[in-house]
Amino acid sequence: MQTKIKAKLVDAAGFSRTITRIAHEIIERNRGTESLGLVGMQTRGVFIARRVAAKIREIESIDVPVGILDATLYRDDYRTSLRQPSVQQTDIPFDLYDMNVVLVDDVLYTGRTVRAALEAIMDNGRPKRVQLAVMVDRGHRELPIKPDFIGKNVPTSINEEVQVRMTEVDDEDAIYLVEVDK
Amino acid sequence: MLGLADYSSDEIQTILDTSLQMRDILDRPVKKVPTLRGVTVVNLFLENSTRTRTSFELAEKRLSADTLNFSASGSALSKGETMLDTALNIEAMKVDVVVMRHKSPGSPHFLARHLESIIINAGDGRHEHPTQALLDMLTLRDKYGSLKGLRVALVGDILHSRVAMSNIIGLKRMGAEVIVCGPSTLIPRGIERMGVEITNHLDDAIQRADALNILRIQLERQTAGLFPSLREYHKYFGVTRARLEKASSPLTILHPGPMNRGIEITSDVADSEHSVILQQVTNGVAVRMAVLYLLAGGRAEPGAQ
Repeated sequence: MQTKIKAKLVDAAGFSRTITRIAHEIIERNRGTESLGLVGMQTRGVFIARRVAAKIREIESIDVPVGILDATLYRDDYRTSLRQPSVQQTDIPFDLYDMNVVLVDDVLYTGRTVRAALEAIMDNGRPKRVQLAVMVDRGHRELPIKPDFIGKNVPTSINEEVQVRMTEVDDEDAIYLVEVDK
Repeated sequence: MLGLADYSSDEIQTILDTSLQMRDILDRPVKKVPTLRGVTVVNLFLENSTRTRTSFELAEKRLSADTLNFSASGSALSKGETMLDTALNIEAMKVDVVVMRHKSPGSPHFLARHLESIIINAGDGRHEHPTQALLDMLTLRDKYGSLKGLRVALVGDILHSRVAMSNIIGLKRMGAEVIVCGPSTLIPRGIERMGVEITNHLDDAIQRADALNILRIQLERQTAGLFPSLREYHKYFGVTRARLEKASSPLTILHPGPMNRGIEITSDVADSEHSVILQQVTNGVAVRMAVLYLLAGGRAEPGAQ
């Protein structure tokens, strides 16, 4: 599989501004930070969630708890893949009961990962409400799932991909549109 | 999974790492994930075992697989049907995974040559018991962080023990040192070729090891007179607190169960703070979940690209 970068959609400054905006929107929509918890999806969703939490601390001087979720065991399509299935860590260090949970991921595509994540969250407790925050919505939904907080809407074709890069695991903060030659 | 002999250290590492994530599921309010929904697992236990079968069955249920238990008594096997015919009949009912326990070494290998299903060896005679060794390794890794350089003594009936065989293979592959300790009649000839040290003195093993994996004296297999009496066995090879106190640092105590208290292990050792016997049981479910997930998970369904 070959990939070719078509465009840089967001640079480091834009990335930071987007995080700030999402943090403000989350506070506004939830009328503050009471009973608020963030759950980041492995891998980059976790880093985005941590950055949003740091920004909320800057704005409100409040620590919002952040959990980590790996929804691999809830995927409905893993058996059709030939890849060796690997399970990453799930660690939600707060009680989900009656919480306003914001599920955080980097790219929203078919919606199947979010569906799996919702099921995983419900098995870990019973939150009052679950909202969805994504850095990029690239369209092509296969399930009726709609994000509450969107960093950037990027209409894509099926043979394009959106890559979110973050300094925690990559060498920069940026979002790229990439053409994939399958 | 027919035995640990076929697995590299990287693969063993993957199974142990996956087991940790599976163990988290066991601590949650809803102890179940939908991962193996639609997968059918048959527990084909042609030799009695409540503990291993229960552990496998629970692991299957935690992953939402459909399970079927099958034992020799009360089946067509007791009417004279061959094992292969039984297995072919079960497979014709469209199962995906067969977990098999049999008293004859090599039985799962034989089935694997004739069936399409995934075969998991749950103990074949005195040959291998891979998931038991994996759960022992996970328990030790939990305690020490790594198996590399760890010195583990297997104490007791090495000759009849599939647990010992799989432990030796797995521990050696992960960089641990293995000492086998028991009466010379219960130590198989040529076992030193597997890279283990041999001692016939329990105090010697206690001095050198970080952990003792105490094997069950299989009372049902002691008709050949391989040692004079249980009382004498206990005198020389029974692990007691008095003996352990001579060690320079406390040893971790493992036992695959079921225990014969007062024979190979005394109650004060089995229930001591250094015993990880109950952790082994919990880890058993997690390891079996990991094995089932990794084996039944990466498989393409018909028509998949």
